Amino acid sequence: MLETIWFLLWGILWAVYFMLDGFDLGLGTLAPFIARNDNEKRIIYNSMGPFWDANEVWLITAGGVTFAAFPTAYAVMFSALYTPLLLLLFALIIRAVALEFRSKGESEGWRKLWDVCHFVGSFVPALLLGVAFANIFKGIPIDQEGIFHGNLLTLLNPYGLLGGILFVLLFLVHGALWLAIKAEGDLEKRAAKAASGIWLILLIVAVVFLVATWFATGLYANYLNNPILLIIPVVTVLALLATRLFINQRAFWKAWFASSLTIVGATFFGVVGLYPNLLPSSLNPAYSLTIYNSSSSPLTLKIMLGVALTFVPIVIAYQIWSYYVFRDKVTKDDLASDEAY
Amino acid sequence: MDAVTLSRLQFAVATYFHFLFVPLTLGLSILVAIMETKYVRTGLEEYKRMAKFWGKLFVINFAIGVVTGITLEFQFGTNWSRYSKYVGDIFGSLLAIEATVAFFLESTFIGVWIFGWNKLSPKAHAACIWIVAAASNISAYWILTANSWMQHPVGYVIRNGRAELSDFWAIVTQPYAILMFLHVLSAAYILAGFFVMGVSAYHLIRKQELSFFKRSFRMAATFTVIFALAEILVGDIHGKEMMKSQPTKAAAAESVWETTKGAPMYLFVVPDEANERNKVEILGIPKLLSWVAFGDSEGVYRGLKEWPKEERPPVAITFWSFRIMVALGMLFALISVIAWLKRKNPENSPGFLKLLIYCIPLPYIALALGWTVTEVGRQPWIVYGMMKTSDAASSVAAAQVGLSLAAFVIVYSLLGIACFYLLIKNARKGPVPIPALDR
Repeated sequence: MLETIWFLLWGILWAVYFMLDGFDLGLGTLAPFIARNDNEKRIIYNSMGPFWDANEVWLITAGGVTFAAFPTAYAVMFSALYTPLLLLLFALIIRAVALEFRSKGESEGWRKLWDVCHFVGSFVPALLLGVAFANIFKGIPIDQEGIFHGNLLTLLNPYGLLGGILFVLLFLVHGALWLAIKAEGDLEKRAAKAASGIWLILLIVAVVFLVATWFATGLYANYLNNPILLIIPVVTVLALLATRLFINQRAFWKAWFASSLTIVGATFFGVVGLYPNLLPSSLNPAYSLTIYNSSSSPLTLKIMLGVALTFVPIVIAYQIWSYYVFRDKVTKDDLASDEAY
Repeated sequence: MDAVTLSRLQFAVATYFHFLFVPLTLGLSILVAIMETKYVRTGLEEYKRMAKFWGKLFVINFAIGVVTGITLEFQFGTNWSRYSKYVGDIFGSLLAIEATVAFFLESTFIGVWIFGWNKLSPKAHAACIWIVAAASNISAYWILTANSWMQHPVGYVIRNGRAELSDFWAIVTQPYAILMFLHVLSAAYILAGFFVMGVSAYHLIRKQELSFFKRSFRMAATFTVIFALAEILVGDIHGKEMMKSQPTKAAAAESVWETTKGAPMYLFVVPDEANERNKVEILGIPKLLSWVAFGDSEGVYRGLKEWPKEERPPVAITFWSFRIMVALGMLFALISVIAWLKRKNPENSPGFLKLLIYCIPLPYIALALGWTVTEVGRQPWIVYGMMKTSDAASSVAAAQVGLSLAAFVIVYSLLGIACFYLLIKNARKGPVPIPALDR
């Protein structure tokens, strides 16, 4: 029971991370293609300025909780995914530094350098997170000792790459919508246009992914056994359709929330399908890491549950407050302040 | 080199680099918070300018501290998966609590603080930086508790082929953790104090923004002297705790080979590891080492020869790091007392001010040496007395680790250069001139 609760919490942490940092990563990927001058770039940077750091902590917490609640899965997952995880790490490092450093030098070369870093640092994590999760859904070649028999190319299989593309597209729509919320005038219009254009590609890829999942993974087994669970993919698809509807109505906040629901739904579609596995083995199902054979002791799970149930609601409360404080569009005044990116 | 050695090197690179940025975050956040509080209380514009100027340097430094911290968390899984598997029940939960309780708080409120100058009331805005300061210090507590557990494991049972939690309270309140916390925190505050004094000295020598930097200097001098003096006491108590809980580290730190009753302290020693003795031992003060270590001049100091060779840490590195760290600690106390005495009119002592500029790197070195004693001195154990470092690594290919190590060295060097370039550039530039502030 404790293990199941922790599995769900684990899924929630990842889902919230994808939902929040997803718009940063998507917008960072979109930035070079949509911003026409330094001013527009600065609007993009400042639209995520107050948030990206706190958003990223959801990833750290998701990692930390994997470590605390399922240490064996953490150990195997992180060492098996050694190269992609370190690439992810480097990408996130240069993204953060780009955000913080770009505005603190004036020369064009300095800014260009960090623009490139920011693009790479946004696109690569989006892609790699998708590749990693698709591979987790599919299972990876680990033996009974949890030792990985493969390399980076093993992970870059067609289904893995499809997952990567799906994540990039989900985040691109999400990021474009965030820009539509935060920008004014022409940039707002272009952001909305980008969101609806990419949305169509996302829809196609999402359908292909759902079909491919049938053939490449065992995720649907849980859904066939408990058809009530099918409500998760259904809600996800409805949320995706609603996103488009709200974009057409130019209700960008609503569209962003619908897109958030799509991302959370997509994550939970995978997580629920995975249950009770955390990391299926593609060599032999008996080698799979489940919530039972890789979890912490009941005492640790109980203490951690107490910590999580006390602090996560508080975290959510003050993060909502911070979004409320910076709910307005990015204005000229904001850009003129000494602290602005 | 094998994967274990490469992983150790990589962890060392990641930790040293991370800890170039963390202590300034810990200390400067408090100084900026005090400056902004004074602004709220007095309404004096200069305090606001101080909070903004030092705050800008704080933010540049903060960004790298945060992202390089993620590396450390990830590496336990990528490079030390056997360790993670064996002790994750305890160690992982401490890291997860750190993220949930402190890191979220720090990261959310730093964003609000940076961008919120015109969106919040002055009081609420000052509260944000206090929350950042508190959260980063709480964060340090959990991380140091986790590290202390590796130095002196308590509150566990070996069950199901791993270390499982049995007493959470024992882990988070063990004296080793509390002492390490106080020791590292004082060091971080000293570093921040020397940073502010050094940068202020640069401008005071040039007679730029005199009032601004005199005020900054004075505040930093008082802050530094408190913690530089406290550190001597804390370091001494922490050392006595180390004697009890990690005797091999203590023996290596002083390079004592033979178990001695009433051990003397030699002011100058050169260890000779190969021959299990010291090449040079001069200026010995009788019984002083035993007195310092136990508070008893007849105390028995256990020598390295009591343990088989394979259970001793590398002596020379541990010894030199410890010696130089202690010497630097004494030097900081001396300099900060002088700075405090001169706090009212520091601009009259240009020679001393110049010295202070050159002192900026010293606390960084002292902290790095301190971590060297802590981590190298713990070897060959990853968890003292429980798990050997050589049993803890992941089964990843050495080539893979070599490649990532090279990538770390390159990326971190470039980031370090960019960061210190920006810090120096902005520190030299000084605060934003008054008319431009309220654009």
